[in-house]
Amino acid sequence: MTIEQFSDLIYSLFEVTPSNEITPATDFKELDEWDSLLALEIIALIDEELDISLNGDDIRNVNTIEDLYLVVMKKKKGE
Amino acid sequence: MALLKYQNAGITGITAAVPANLIDNLSYTDHFENNVVKKIVEKIGIYKRRFVKDGTCSSDLCYAAAEALFQEMDLDRSKVDMVLFVSQTPDYRMPATSILLQHRLGLSRDVIAFDINLGCSAFVFALQTSFSYLQNTGINKVLILNGETRSKVYSPKDRKTAFIFGDAGAAILVEKDEKFGNSFFSLNSDGSKSSFIKMDGGGYRNPSTIEGLREKVVDEYGNIRNDEQGYMDGESVFSFFVNEIPIDIKRILKFSSMDIRSIDYFVFHQASKIVNDYLIRKLKLNSNKVPKSYPDYGNTSSVSVPLTMVTGLKDKLAKKKILLLSAFGVGFSWASAIIQTQDCFIGTVTEI
Repeated sequence: MTIEQFSDLIYSLFEVTPSNEITPATDFKELDEWDSLLALEIIALIDEELDISLNGDDIRNVNTIEDLYLVVMKKKKGE
Repeated sequence: MALLKYQNAGITGITAAVPANLIDNLSYTDHFENNVVKKIVEKIGIYKRRFVKDGTCSSDLCYAAAEALFQEMDLDRSKVDMVLFVSQTPDYRMPATSILLQHRLGLSRDVIAFDINLGCSAFVFALQTSFSYLQNTGINKVLILNGETRSKVYSPKDRKTAFIFGDAGAAILVEKDEKFGNSFFSLNSDGSKSSFIKMDGGGYRNPSTIEGLREKVVDEYGNIRNDEQGYMDGESVFSFFVNEIPIDIKRILKFSSMDIRSIDYFVFHQASKIVNDYLIRKLKLNSNKVPKSYPDYGNTSSVSVPLTMVTGLKDKLAKKKILLLSAFGVGFSWASAIIQTQDCFIGTVTEI
């Protein structure tokens, strides 16, 4: 999965944020639409789409979508 | 490995009781902005809850449910051999609430009575305890009294928990009978995750203090609570759930040698829409087989499993049915069970 595809996947969870505001460099937790329930939805989505388990710290310790992508890819390799 | 198999024990009747005081989640509090509340409520799918009035305890809900059970099943209460009170909101630190209920319900002094102190997972542990006791001669009827008043536990100013929990009680009769066949339990515990859901103050580790009861801002979101109100790290809880619960359900299916398609109903802990919808998708379940009570009652902690049976399976358990139960929560503690029901009486939801 490319980072662009990953970014699109994360974007699918947002309902009102315009698509041009969500790029790999986006600090997604600074978006108006961000809340802790979106973190749960990201955990579920990454599990269902990529079969990767994220934990609470994985979400807490990253800022941008690219950071999250790198965490996911690292876990994917570590399997 | 706590994988257990029993024969000839099963649930023969259930009733529930809830507070008459109805909470409309959208207008529950004006502490948060309306659009924030609307978004939370729609995502968690919890629109209504019931909150007890001051002075009403979990045991009062259980008492009302038990009286209804005795009456509706025309049950001779002197025949009850054991009473388990299942809750983390007891009347007192001592004595055990089960013993107070023995007296209040007019049960025999011969009765075995003790409390089970677990959270959302507790009903499955209590059911296993009852099945285990029923293997003994001399124990034929166990009364499980499962009640929670979580409205008293969480801060209305902490958005991580303010909109989720509700109050309810249930009375469950478990009996010995050959018609029930085999039942299976998987019980699990992991104390390394104790900080996921916790109330820090008010116990003997951190006794009550004036300072501990003072409200404070606890995080960067401006959430407010005191040390004697519970908190929940939702991301960690959800992540644990995603990693462990589908595995535990598959484990109990394998242990029972049953195919998931042979399960008639799946009764899950009613954590929230996010949690329950995930499980339905992950296990590829037909949602008609997964009753839910969270939209109308919220997450009633351990009562959610029996309450969902009462509200969602009325008139559906007359013939022989196979149920898969799964619940998880504070501890961390999680459990799954496959049980059989036949002629299971599903009574009313009493309002008090």
